[in-house]
Amino acid sequence: MRIPCPFCGDRDSREFTVLGDATLIGRPDPSAPDALAKFTVYLHERDNPAGLHRELWYHGPGCQSWLVVTRDTRTHRIDKVEAARDVPREGTSR
Amino acid sequence: MKYSALSLAWNALSGHTRWKPAWRDPAPRPQYDVVICGGGGHGLATAHYLAKVHGLTRIAVLEKGWIGSGNAGRNTTIIRSNYLLPENEPFYEWSMKLWEGLEQDLNYNAMVSQRGVLNLYHSDAQRDAYARRGNAMRLNGADAELLDEAAVRRMLPFLDYENARFPIQGGLLQRRGGTARHDAVVWGYARAADGRGVDIIQNCEVTSIRTRNGRVEGVETTRGFIAAEKVGLALAGSTSLVASSAGLRLPIESHVLQAFVSEGIKPFIDTVVTYGAGHFYISQSDKGGLVFGGDIDGYNSYAQRGGLPIIEDVCEAGMALMPRIGRVRLLRLWGGIMDMSMDGSPIIDTTPVKGLYLNTGWNYGGFKATPASGWCFAHLIATGAPHWTARGYRLDRFATGYVADEKGVGAQPNLH
Repeated sequence: MRIPCPFCGDRDSREFTVLGDATLIGRPDPSAPDALAKFTVYLHERDNPAGLHRELWYHGPGCQSWLVVTRDTRTHRIDKVEAARDVPREGTSR
Repeated sequence: MKYSALSLAWNALSGHTRWKPAWRDPAPRPQYDVVICGGGGHGLATAHYLAKVHGLTRIAVLEKGWIGSGNAGRNTTIIRSNYLLPENEPFYEWSMKLWEGLEQDLNYNAMVSQRGVLNLYHSDAQRDAYARRGNAMRLNGADAELLDEAAVRRMLPFLDYENARFPIQGGLLQRRGGTARHDAVVWGYARAADGRGVDIIQNCEVTSIRTRNGRVEGVETTRGFIAAEKVGLALAGSTSLVASSAGLRLPIESHVLQAFVSEGIKPFIDTVVTYGAGHFYISQSDKGGLVFGGDIDGYNSYAQRGGLPIIEDVCEAGMALMPRIGRVRLLRLWGGIMDMSMDGSPIIDTTPVKGLYLNTGWNYGGFKATPASGWCFAHLIATGAPHWTARGYRLDRFATGYVADEKGVGAQPNLH
């Protein structure tokens, strides 16, 4: 698999480390009254789709950027790669 | 027909032309008491124990392809019960005991071979951890022996003991562990369940679960709607897809795990060996092929094939452990979709939907668990209460904090 890094260009997936579902960047508000329930869902539950999946990858040996990669989990086709810092935070995840 | 030496001799006389199919190929009935989704080892074992232990009769097992075509046919066939945590060890030891009596129970040769499972250690700290694990195993009635380097050298003289970075100091040996013929396990359970009236329906994919007022009504399939009072999901990597149709969002990620087999060579590994300094496990099949595997690829995947980086990683670990396999050619490799859970342990539990039962989260340890998974899932479906060996496998443990994280890496499925 090759990942088109927006800073470094098309690179081998060996250069990247995958963290998981991109909902992880939408960290719940720890001071909210329902924080415990929100964090339980945030930390443990996943949509786990067969199809397009947005996920966090880290380009350690390259630009050291966190990326949000939109990839098809059935074919590994990559549709979109964005810098994670440019992806709007949802505030709280669902 | 009961399989025996006599039946073999009798059929030999007629040139083996009179063997009957080992199970029927029934059309789905409109309604069952229990429908098990997933015709792998776990689903078929569940049906078998529902019929045999709990006396239920109107049971169907629905399989989208042919039985055993998923992970049951894609694993490295290792059986063992060498776990540390009290949530895990009694369950896997119960599974080990069921393996030991499986062939008599099923009247089927599953080629259960207790050739031993040896986990190597390469440092003082790892030795201490293995000693602790061995003690936990023995406290739960399993067998465990801590071997020093000399003892491992006697067993496996050809390993690389002189590795400067990861010298082999010894290993934790479970002699009762070993391998079983994965396909025969599936066929044996299918034949036994079928013999007790279970309908095994192949080429019948469950597309969604029909519910009403929080209660399950049945399943929609590619062969029409099938009504059922109780529905059990034993779908491994596809669990999230079907469960989502009943409104469930699960603590599961689906990942691909690759396995490998070499060309057939003369016997040289008579046990199962795992490398302690990398992720690599190997045994030799009766046909002579080296059967081995390592890590999952690490990213979510529903493709039953993996990437080259892990193939290289596994082969490098193999070469570091036993350099003599270097000139053996790789014959086949394949991938299966693992239901990786958030703490690395499985889930056998009821769900918020009445009548819907869940059996998932096997990570990449599902094969060895097949008998106990079926036993405990059948117990749950029949009685409504968890079997005592599966009490830790609750769905709500991530909310309550009673997780069973054998490896201690937290809610990071690709590290379990």
